[in-house]
Amino acid sequence: MAKLKDLAQRPERLSGGHRLCPGCGVPAVARLALRSTDAHLVVGAATGCLEVSTTIYPYTAWRVSFIHNAFENVAATISGAEAAYRALKKKGKITEDFKFIAFGGDGGTYDIGIQSLSGAMERGHNMVYICYDNEAYQNTGNQRSSSTPHGSNTTTTPVGKKSFGRSGKRKDLTAIMAAHHIPYVAQATTNNWKDLSRKLNRALEVEGPAFINVLTPCVPGWKYDARDTINISRLAADTCFWPSYEVDNGVWKLNYVPKVKRPVEDFLKPQGRFRHLFRPENRHVIDELQQEVDEQWERLLFLCGKK
Amino acid sequence: MPEKLALTGNEAVAHAMRQINPDVVAAYPITPQTSMMQKFADFVADGLMDCELVLVESEHSAMSAAVGSQASGARTMTATAACGLALMWEILGIASAYRLPIVMPVVNRALSGPINIQGDHSDTMGARDCGWIHIFSENAQEAYENTIQAIRIAEHPDVLTPVMVCLDGFIISHGVEVVKIYDDDKVKKFIGEYKPHYSLLDPNHPITLGAMDFSDFYFEHKVSQLDGINASPQIILDVGREFKETFGGEECYEYFEAYKMDDAELGVISLGSTAAAARLVVDELRSQGVAAGSVKLRVFRPFPYEELAKIIAPLKGCAVLDRSIAYGGDGGPVHIEVRSALYGRHPVPVMTNYIYGLGGKPIEPEHIMTAFDDLKEAVVQGRPRRRVGYLNLKEEAMAIA
Repeated sequence: MAKLKDLAQRPERLSGGHRLCPGCGVPAVARLALRSTDAHLVVGAATGCLEVSTTIYPYTAWRVSFIHNAFENVAATISGAEAAYRALKKKGKITEDFKFIAFGGDGGTYDIGIQSLSGAMERGHNMVYICYDNEAYQNTGNQRSSSTPHGSNTTTTPVGKKSFGRSGKRKDLTAIMAAHHIPYVAQATTNNWKDLSRKLNRALEVEGPAFINVLTPCVPGWKYDARDTINISRLAADTCFWPSYEVDNGVWKLNYVPKVKRPVEDFLKPQGRFRHLFRPENRHVIDELQQEVDEQWERLLFLCGKK
Repeated sequence: MPEKLALTGNEAVAHAMRQINPDVVAAYPITPQTSMMQKFADFVADGLMDCELVLVESEHSAMSAAVGSQASGARTMTATAACGLALMWEILGIASAYRLPIVMPVVNRALSGPINIQGDHSDTMGARDCGWIHIFSENAQEAYENTIQAIRIAEHPDVLTPVMVCLDGFIISHGVEVVKIYDDDKVKKFIGEYKPHYSLLDPNHPITLGAMDFSDFYFEHKVSQLDGINASPQIILDVGREFKETFGGEECYEYFEAYKMDDAELGVISLGSTAAAARLVVDELRSQGVAAGSVKLRVFRPFPYEELAKIIAPLKGCAVLDRSIAYGGDGGPVHIEVRSALYGRHPVPVMTNYIYGLGGKPIEPEHIMTAFDDLKEAVVQGRPRRRVGYLNLKEEAMAIA
């Protein structure tokens, strides 16, 4: 496992000057991913925050080969690049080693991109898919996704006289990926770089498809102070709202159990997108969300052999 | 020596793909393309080629994977039909914008709705502005030969534009013909090695493909994309000539094939397998002393305006046969283009358009004969009875049409 000092000295393969918001969780994840291997890389990104902010013509922040195709197909696109690599390597037309990473936001991964992701994972391509989950279509201004939490204020599930925001349980994409029986699946938060680094290494090292889902707080979408990204991530972990776990060749392993499981409202309170939930008439929404978090946590403890 | 085999159109194209031996094929089955894919899969399973066959989970992913693969410097093909083409429509424009020389046989089948699995041209016509080259085949031999030529056309450094090779669903794809399959080594030599202009897999020159344009660059980039398809007409002729010389083929290697048009007064234009029926009708009319002729259009995109207008303008009457409807437009897409081609010329023939054969509705010589009969009358009257007519359409529908 890499030491922070060593990681910091690796070449920077995503340059500065990109347009991601101050405090955004995504570039830290992307840069850590790029530092987690010395191999040549082909990186793909779905239409979304990362892609748009790093490739406004005539500029690019990518010092590795990068392809953007469309919104829903980064998995298919990278699977094509990976197939090309195998074909050309077999014929001796390429001699260097390459690794393939696809990035997608929750929009391009949970929703419109789920088919393409599922297909690529099932076909067994040697690639890593990293979902940066900021819980809505944030690039276009915070429209809901199937990852948007119950009670969240988004522009398509706005708070109004007759609405408390998004209503319903979130899709559990990490578990869906585990059900594809691929070699490695993991869920991680932005605050724990050691855990994320280990997971990225593992994902890049396994032969075959790997999927990592990282919760990446969004300053304008979640409405909090740009300095608090790491704190918000930590709260997501400590409230068990976003557990850290991995499924390594079918074995479920819980990576982080908070010493004290904090109530979910500790995670909600600092965020403007949940502010309306603290009115008395919306109290039930917090309770419902707490129940969803508890149920998922209990289920995860069971799957990981902790119960 | 070419081998003569009894093959369906799909099998013939599969043989072309075998001989081309692309690095990657990413495809999804759809009637009536399926038997092409299956035959191809047999070749791969028997080790007759070393292709990575990626069995994607939809046509959208087929074209997406093809883009990723071709962009990585691999010669890549896919194939589809109808709704499959419709599903990959979003990515067609990306493939052409990225100047990727992907070659894709399309087995022409009706677009839904209603759902219909039989042949017409609505699928590729629906994608006529996506920046791809469209080459139509009259029979299995042409489908086979066009697929091979398409590789050279697409990959030419002045073109770098993806190519659709069209063949009529069921009529060509499933009809058995005697097809000359040329020597494997000769085909391999003809298509040569793929030399990518750029590649994601170049470790010394990483590239960013698919950047975002604001309005300061998008227009300019889209106009610059015309470079490739505008350079292609000459390349299409050059490749065709070279193919004919190399293999001694007897098919059409130009933009269109003119049949008995030199002194024709009445002519019909059609694409694909219908051209064969048209020639039968021309021969019958000629035996009756009528100066009939026909044109088989092979290249629909880029459309050969000047060359076609030269052949058509001297006619007294011209009927364009369209196997698709341009809803809200002037009949069918071929008619629209032919009218445009004739603009500014004097004199021009009396023009009429016939929609025919949608959803696999049969088109027989007797139907084409009625088009000529109408044309005779139209020339006498100086105008057609109808600007847009229909061949072999049931009576009840005629009342609405």
